[in-house]
Amino acid sequence: MSIKKRFWLALLLSLPMLYDMLAMLLAWPMLPNGDWIALVLTTLIMLISGRAFIQSAWAAFLHHHANMDTLVAVGTLTAYLYSIGALMHHQGVFFESAAYIIVFVLLGQYLEDKMRTQASQATTKLLELQARQATVIRNGQTSEIPIEEVEIGDRLLTRPGEKIATDGRIVKGHSTVNESMITGESMPIEKQAGDLVIGGTLNQTGILEYTAEKVGKDTMLAQIVEIVRHAQSSHAPIQKMADRIADVFVPIVLMIAIAVFAIWNVFLDATLTRSLTFAVSTIVIACPCALGIATPTALMVGTGRAAKMGILIKNGEVLETASHIKNIAFDKTGTLTQGQPVVTDVIGDPKQVLTLAAALESLSEHPLADAIVKAAQKQAIALPDVTEFLNRAGQGVTGQINGHQVFVGKPQLASQPLDKEWQDQIERLQEVGKTTAAVGQDGLIIGLIAIQDAPKPFAKPVIARLKQQGMHTVMITGDNKRAAKAVAKQVGIDEVIAEVMPGDKAQQVKKLQQSGVTAFVGDGINDAPALAVADVGIAMGSGTDVAIETGGIVLVKNSLKDVVKALVIAKKTFARIKLNLFWALIYNLIGIPIAAGVFAHWGLVLSPALAGLAMAFSSASVVASSLMLNAAKIDD
Amino acid sequence: MLKVMILLIAVILIVAIGWWFFGHHQEKAMTARLNNNGQDQKVRIEVNGGYSPSTIVLKKGVPAELDFYRKDPSSCLERVVFPEQGINEQLPQNQLHQIEFDTSQAGEYEFACGMNMFHGKVIVK
Repeated sequence: MSIKKRFWLALLLSLPMLYDMLAMLLAWPMLPNGDWIALVLTTLIMLISGRAFIQSAWAAFLHHHANMDTLVAVGTLTAYLYSIGALMHHQGVFFESAAYIIVFVLLGQYLEDKMRTQASQATTKLLELQARQATVIRNGQTSEIPIEEVEIGDRLLTRPGEKIATDGRIVKGHSTVNESMITGESMPIEKQAGDLVIGGTLNQTGILEYTAEKVGKDTMLAQIVEIVRHAQSSHAPIQKMADRIADVFVPIVLMIAIAVFAIWNVFLDATLTRSLTFAVSTIVIACPCALGIATPTALMVGTGRAAKMGILIKNGEVLETASHIKNIAFDKTGTLTQGQPVVTDVIGDPKQVLTLAAALESLSEHPLADAIVKAAQKQAIALPDVTEFLNRAGQGVTGQINGHQVFVGKPQLASQPLDKEWQDQIERLQEVGKTTAAVGQDGLIIGLIAIQDAPKPFAKPVIARLKQQGMHTVMITGDNKRAAKAVAKQVGIDEVIAEVMPGDKAQQVKKLQQSGVTAFVGDGINDAPALAVADVGIAMGSGTDVAIETGGIVLVKNSLKDVVKALVIAKKTFARIKLNLFWALIYNLIGIPIAAGVFAHWGLVLSPALAGLAMAFSSASVVASSLMLNAAKIDD
Repeated sequence: MLKVMILLIAVILIVAIGWWFFGHHQEKAMTARLNNNGQDQKVRIEVNGGYSPSTIVLKKGVPAELDFYRKDPSSCLERVVFPEQGINEQLPQNQLHQIEFDTSQAGEYEFACGMNMFHGKVIVK
């Protein structure tokens, strides 16, 4: 029988006893033979609604285990059996205690069950995003097939308003796609041939044809569900203490209850009924349930909410550590900056300088060359032919254009020493972190091109927010000191560790760890060791699988703002776990002495039925408190 | 005289509870049975007031299936959680529920009920 049915039945059967209790208080006419009616009703309740508690308590007892069922079974059986004995000897009975303990405990379990389903909805909702059907193009014909039958390399089609079936690359078409369900990015994104699409996102305006690149377990959606599921079943270290308490709790409560009975009856001369009432109340109020669900429910709600925003928190341990971060280190390129150098200044005759430089650089493979060529393309400059092209390693490139000897690179490529004016210009640009290339013709410098990897739009406010929260911000980069310092100054970073070999980033993170809990934010494969070494590795961007593997927190969207959001969620969830544990513990610390009759002298006592009610609400309130995380304010 | 009796019984009960629940009552570990010439391994775990067996030994590298059979009516034991594997599944009462277990890595993996009150362990070696 379901908990719901057992609860309603017990409640219905216990109503006459409730009437009798009220009648006694309010001097209404009492039920005739009330004690006998109570015996019959309580017996039914024990048999139908309460049997499961006794069954599991017994099974657990045989395994040397005790849990909350043990407390309920011992509490109700004591009240029930004692009352039968008392009825035979014409003494006061308390059948209603046994009945109401069962009613309230079942109520608590019923509420808890309902709310727990609500708390675990995150993964269910994510799974619902999965498209069930895909439109596949084979031999020029389109047909609908179940998603399970899609294979890598299949040519798929999606119409406006349809879900993208699986991860792939667009071959044909143009459209906007709403990716908010996966990445949390609220703006629709324009997509065209060559762009990647994510399965489960919504195609909005146009028809897209794409090839499936990942299917089944390998898709981004499947990986996200996997991470969330892992996180929700993980434990936070703080829970270990609660688990240790819960393990020994029930037997100790049973021992205390017996002691309570003996002390009241033997030393304080209380009647048998009164002593038993105290003992039963003690057993019933001490439910370790609230302790047991304090962490899992908060974790479930917290990580689920984060996932909806495109922030994947891997487990409870990461969440706990993330709320004590002291140092936060960033990789520079691609994390704090755009990751792509762009031309920021052209000095000299802009058109002539850019034309000559782009013509030469279009033949070069230097990473900065690309920035120059792109800048020329942007201005729709036609490039002249180059002859005698020469790549001088470490110096630059040279060649012949329209009969003139042209060069791009170090100023030393000019035939004459650098004059003061150019020298000053170069120094001024380098000061602000820009890389400069000199452009020359016939041995004379005619202009300069400055290139920089510009900071991301929100880098500055994000760093300010982190500093505000008391974190020491650090930048770790392989770049030269001057460029690194310039970027650091632009975004407001506290400390710069420059000229670090890719393999040594992890070493630098280790050094930072000596002064406190350290987080590392990075995006690429070369950041993986640092992400793994850091106490909290935050992997940016949907980037590489390696980053997703090693990061403790994965930001699906490539947005720096999410670093702040992720830490806020982690902090709030951890704070909620602590609060839940605190209440669950405090509740027992206060409840047990009251139930045991420590304050009876001052008139403060707790009947077994009330103890049952209090117990029911302690677990329900912990779940409710966790659900409140859904409403907590997370601003960016 | 009655009071002395009550006191004596109370003390005996307390000691008995302490011995029963905190004394060392070790259960034997159960090694999974290999089927199909060692192609896969299976173990049946009865869920009734705990897990029996509560310690299961699996052979590394052989695909394993844990068959949970929940007799216990308590909602306490209705879920089984393997935190390291991300397994968190509902066990229907009086039905066999199969969980596939990854044995590619040797080690000790704990599992527990949804409220982390009952514990078990899988050892892969």
